[in-house]
Amino acid sequence: MITSLSTTRIRAVIGKEIRDYRRNRFIATTMAIMPILFMIAPIVTIFSLPADVASQKLDAAIGVSVLYLTLIPALVPAVVASYTIVGEREQGTLEPVLTTPLTREELLLGKALAAFLPTLVISYVMYGVFLACAGLFAHPNVSDDIFQAGRILAQVLFTPLLAGWSIWAGIAISTRASDVRVAQQLSTLVSLPPLAVTALMGFGVITPSLRLALVLGLALLAVDVAAGRFVAKLFDRERLLTGAKA
Amino acid sequence: MNTQSSAGPALVVDRLTKRFGERTAFSEVSFAVDYGEVFGFLGPNGAGKTTTVRTLGTLIAPSSGTASVAGLPLTAANGVAIRGRIAVMPESPGLYLRLSVAENLTYFAGLYDLTDRRERIARALKAVGLEHRADDLCRSLSKGLKQRVGLARALLTDPQVLFLDEPTSGLDPVAAREVHELIDGLRRRGVTIFLTTHRLAEAERLCDRVGIMNTTLRMIGRPDELRDQLFAKSIEVRTRQPLADPDRVLAGLPGSESWRRNEDGVYVLSVTDPDIAAPAAARAVLAAGADLLALTPTRHSLEDVYLQMIDTDVEAEQR
Repeated sequence: MITSLSTTRIRAVIGKEIRDYRRNRFIATTMAIMPILFMIAPIVTIFSLPADVASQKLDAAIGVSVLYLTLIPALVPAVVASYTIVGEREQGTLEPVLTTPLTREELLLGKALAAFLPTLVISYVMYGVFLACAGLFAHPNVSDDIFQAGRILAQVLFTPLLAGWSIWAGIAISTRASDVRVAQQLSTLVSLPPLAVTALMGFGVITPSLRLALVLGLALLAVDVAAGRFVAKLFDRERLLTGAKA
Repeated sequence: MNTQSSAGPALVVDRLTKRFGERTAFSEVSFAVDYGEVFGFLGPNGAGKTTTVRTLGTLIAPSSGTASVAGLPLTAANGVAIRGRIAVMPESPGLYLRLSVAENLTYFAGLYDLTDRRERIARALKAVGLEHRADDLCRSLSKGLKQRVGLARALLTDPQVLFLDEPTSGLDPVAAREVHELIDGLRRRGVTIFLTTHRLAEAERLCDRVGIMNTTLRMIGRPDELRDQLFAKSIEVRTRQPLADPDRVLAGLPGSESWRRNEDGVYVLSVTDPDIAAPAAARAVLAAGADLLALTPTRHSLEDVYLQMIDTDVEAEQR
């Protein structure tokens, strides 16, 4: 799949995409509002926990908080990625792009990175704000639970992997969808299943450990790589332009 | 212009066919286009013009037949190389409306991996007369200006072959004339242009040769050649009063085959050579004592040729 990729062309795609997102009111609003919404609930939760909360209840509350935070890397890029191909088709910009020497791998990689990079920044910033609030204002019992190395590692590790899954799933749907709204709804749904792992960890059903986090992280990475290859195979110029399979 | 890759023609198409399942988009199409030529591809909607452009632009794969584009065989393996040598301007310019003119061009310059981007963008904008609109958002431009930006984008790379797919479709007459002037300018600069259109006056004005397409390539040649192939040459003779004995005056004139009366005082001569027949007809009319009002060669337009072809197809389908 990856043969002599041009970094210039990939950079051109990333630059254009990010510039276009910034000026697309729907995407800009989604990227700005959604993360804030998903951070309000965790912060309210940790502030409302009493100092003498039972350890089981504390774990469950922190689990819900973490789940909310992992919705950011899952849902934000899903909305963005689902727009990438079908959005261009609707605007009529896909055909001119396909007439250039840009390969499908370069196009897809550029579009995926353009969704990935801002998602990563937003997700880590939001998590950083959450940690700062917990460290500064939450009761020490609560903050000690939040600052467990396993939890932080899981969040840091799974954020890009969840984003990767959502992006490839979003782009895959975008290559086949004929309408932006349908693509966004489907992508949002498809981005959710991997959250089950973080949810199970957050709720303490699976005990988080370094080894488990690494194994699950590697598994999700393998899924992301396979999804990327699958999307490249789905991307059929002829089908995208004419609706007929080559 | 871009250095031509070989001494051969810019486009060679040999029995190229594209089918979508049971439907044939175009069939057994063969032609060649030389470097520096403006080739018009005419046909009604659904004739396969755009599909031909997309096929030659490596966007879709042919079902059978062969072609070479800008010196390279049309194969999937050569897709990137061919797309690097050509430029395609689709029917809709397909601009990013939230980006400025310059941002659109910068993006495409990046996709072509161009190094001297600023100079090329400035040159392309100057070529289409938009150097002062570089910072305007594309959404603020009129349809005609958007089409010009599309043309500027196609010129960024100095392509060996420029495919223009219905470049004046949907434009008002003024905007269409501006695009014609730009294409005329490119033609004078020696750019090889493959122009699909169903505006016949546009093809007649801009193209060195035209091909008339209706799933198969029906005719190909210079517009005047096509006229001569389909229509007999004729001269219209107009007199103040009807001739008393027109057969004695008009029959058997040098360079003329036959005559017929159109209306009173108007006669049409079918001629083999208008340069011989016209002066002979003038002399004969005057010698008969009639007043000659006009002597006009009847000129069939490319539209007549086109309609004749399409009518023939419709009749064949009805049979």
